[in-house]
Amino acid sequence: MSHPCLVTIDSRSAPRTMFSGDQLVDVDLPTGTRVLYTKPPMKPLKDVDAAIRYAIHHPENSEPLYALLKPGMKVTIAIDDISLPLPPMRRPDIRERVLTIVLDLLTDHGVDDVEMIIATSVHRRMKAFEVRHMVGDRIFDKYWPDKLYNHDPEDPEGMVHIGTTEVGEEVELSRRAVESDLTIYVNLNLVPMDGGHKSVSVGLCGYRSLRAHHNPKVMRNCHSYMNPETSELNTSVTRMGRLTNEKLKVFTIETAINNNMFDRPLSFLAKNEDDLSATERVALRTLKATLERTPQPARQAIFQRVPSPYGVIAVHAGETEAVHAKIIAKNFEQYCVPVQGQADILVSGVPYISPYNVNSFLNPLLVQCMASGYLFNLYKGLPMVKKGGTMIIMHPCTDLFDNEHHAPYIEFVHRLLPITRDAVQLHKEFEPQFAKNPAYIEMFRTGHAYHPTHPFFMWYWGEAGRQHLGRMIVVGADNEYIPKLMGWETARTMDEALRMAKSSAPPDPDILALHMPPIGMAEVTAPAGRPPASSRRW
Amino acid sequence: MAAMPASYFDVDGTLVSTNLIPPTLYYLLNQPTPLHVMQKLGGALLKAPTMAWAELRDRRLFNETLYSVFQGMSEDRLVTLADDVFDRVVRPAIYPGAKDLVQTSIDSGHDVILISGSLDVVIEHVAKYLGATGYIANRLEVHNLRCTGKLLRPVVAGPNKAILVRDHARENGHDLDECFAYSDSYSDVPMLSIVRYPVAVNPDRRLTQLAKAYSWPTISLDSAARSA
Repeated sequence: MSHPCLVTIDSRSAPRTMFSGDQLVDVDLPTGTRVLYTKPPMKPLKDVDAAIRYAIHHPENSEPLYALLKPGMKVTIAIDDISLPLPPMRRPDIRERVLTIVLDLLTDHGVDDVEMIIATSVHRRMKAFEVRHMVGDRIFDKYWPDKLYNHDPEDPEGMVHIGTTEVGEEVELSRRAVESDLTIYVNLNLVPMDGGHKSVSVGLCGYRSLRAHHNPKVMRNCHSYMNPETSELNTSVTRMGRLTNEKLKVFTIETAINNNMFDRPLSFLAKNEDDLSATERVALRTLKATLERTPQPARQAIFQRVPSPYGVIAVHAGETEAVHAKIIAKNFEQYCVPVQGQADILVSGVPYISPYNVNSFLNPLLVQCMASGYLFNLYKGLPMVKKGGTMIIMHPCTDLFDNEHHAPYIEFVHRLLPITRDAVQLHKEFEPQFAKNPAYIEMFRTGHAYHPTHPFFMWYWGEAGRQHLGRMIVVGADNEYIPKLMGWETARTMDEALRMAKSSAPPDPDILALHMPPIGMAEVTAPAGRPPASSRRW
Repeated sequence: MAAMPASYFDVDGTLVSTNLIPPTLYYLLNQPTPLHVMQKLGGALLKAPTMAWAELRDRRLFNETLYSVFQGMSEDRLVTLADDVFDRVVRPAIYPGAKDLVQTSIDSGHDVILISGSLDVVIEHVAKYLGATGYIANRLEVHNLRCTGKLLRPVVAGPNKAILVRDHARENGHDLDECFAYSDSYSDVPMLSIVRYPVAVNPDRRLTQLAKAYSWPTISLDSAARSA
């Protein structure tokens, strides 16, 4: 018997409602299609502050935080940026709660030399209002911008090379963190690929370190990003993280949240359409009609600016790997839905949001990152779709970029992709040029643009999906140019896309549809009588 | 072997918050006698309406009108006062991020050339201070050790900047397809348009619109904007 979150469409089923950017679209899926819904949000902790205190006083594989503190010592607190969670968390953000308790503890122990670094790595610098949302008014007013600031990996004086792993990965980190007596990392683990060694050794590093694993070769060997055990990316980051922890004293505080993305008025978006009450059906129709009549910027504001009522489901602290093992188990518990058998055709809407377009538009390169990267990789075990299978996505693929945040993306999409889609050629021939572009570096360091290499990483992010999938068909694109640049086919309707997909699929193909957001994952196993996952016949 | 890229920087308004007028005023206010000062200032005031009209019509004409007030000034004074003009007028007005941006370009292996409507005697100091590898600037004609008030051709302004950049690139082996140009002003669009990588820096309203339309990178070297 299948999991209650895996619903099979029959002849009486209502149409499914899927995101296509910031619009909602009704889709009639064929009978027999399996639709993967997300698990209901796990029950949040009753007293989060108590859980934080308990975690730092009863850490995993480490002395309690207070025992590590000495008056006059130098402490750096690194914090996950607001690419997590999506959309932003309703205030108080869990990071504010953790920081409040940790900063009070540091003050009580006579630790005055404290600086907080937002661990942006090569993400864009967070703006003041975004940082305020994350850390709260009291901390922001006291520390910003001298003692609370964005990481700058392009500051030649601000980075220090601490060593090279046994396989040649260079580890270069924030000088402030390296020269501190203690580095405390405050994490928010939205999905299983977050946290662990990735926090310090990626969050506080720069391009020199990132290129060791953010490259086509490593990305192709991730099955999937969301399962650390089978992710080459995670293996590389772990090697670098272990070297980091040999050189730095790191105390990790990790938190996990549930998937309560939509507040009560919109909670029906996560439900099975067959189970909607009459009121919810009216609300859904009204919402769709409103979105259709609302200009795009207003639609974006509605979805992005309204914070989500996420609940904290776990807090652990101490030694990085021990802490992360517990947090990631919670992530899997929240997200993983067992699915037996891979599909021939995978269907998914692509929503308006990704970790890289907070407060800006989901540009075409990020649509690619979401489709071939994030959505394709939301699995543990076997990929959701068979090797050579087809993925159908829904998104308008509008040729629009945020000039401030995504300046280097524009050149990547409009100058480089017409030359080649080959990730290896892009990596070898063009990535070094972008990495040294003085204008982009200036925009990154002093404006709010992503690092010039970030669009390359976004392309590599889709590499495992591109290597695995036979075809990608996009439904509802408002232009032909962008899908062609991405190497995708287009269809006007889902029916047309399914007909196209069936032409290269076996008779009576197995179709799996993802009903996301909120976030969920498929734990895919081979059907009974088929080879087990370990045989890797993908 | 690939050609070395070059970065061409406009100066006034781009790397420095002043324009051509404050340095010129400093020269006029530092004449041998108060009478000379009055004479020079009076002459400049009489030309002000023409300059205002020229600024709207033709940047080259504006430069020529402005620099005509140097007529009769000794070459000695022009060169000697350049130190003071740089120290007292230009250097305090250099944007905080200007030096970093020039350094980033040099670190990326670029030849860095300042191209400015200001006088060469002043721009030489700016280039040295910022670490630029060269400069292209306006030069006053000197006859019998005195300035004639005329600019030597070609005048560095507007579309001429594009020609000068192209000539400089050709003479120095730079491929314009690898070059960058930076400016704050719509009047420099010809120069920005001939390189592969145009960049708007602290752009005026018209350049902001154009940069947005053509997706040119836009950066701010102004400290207030940078810290936001």
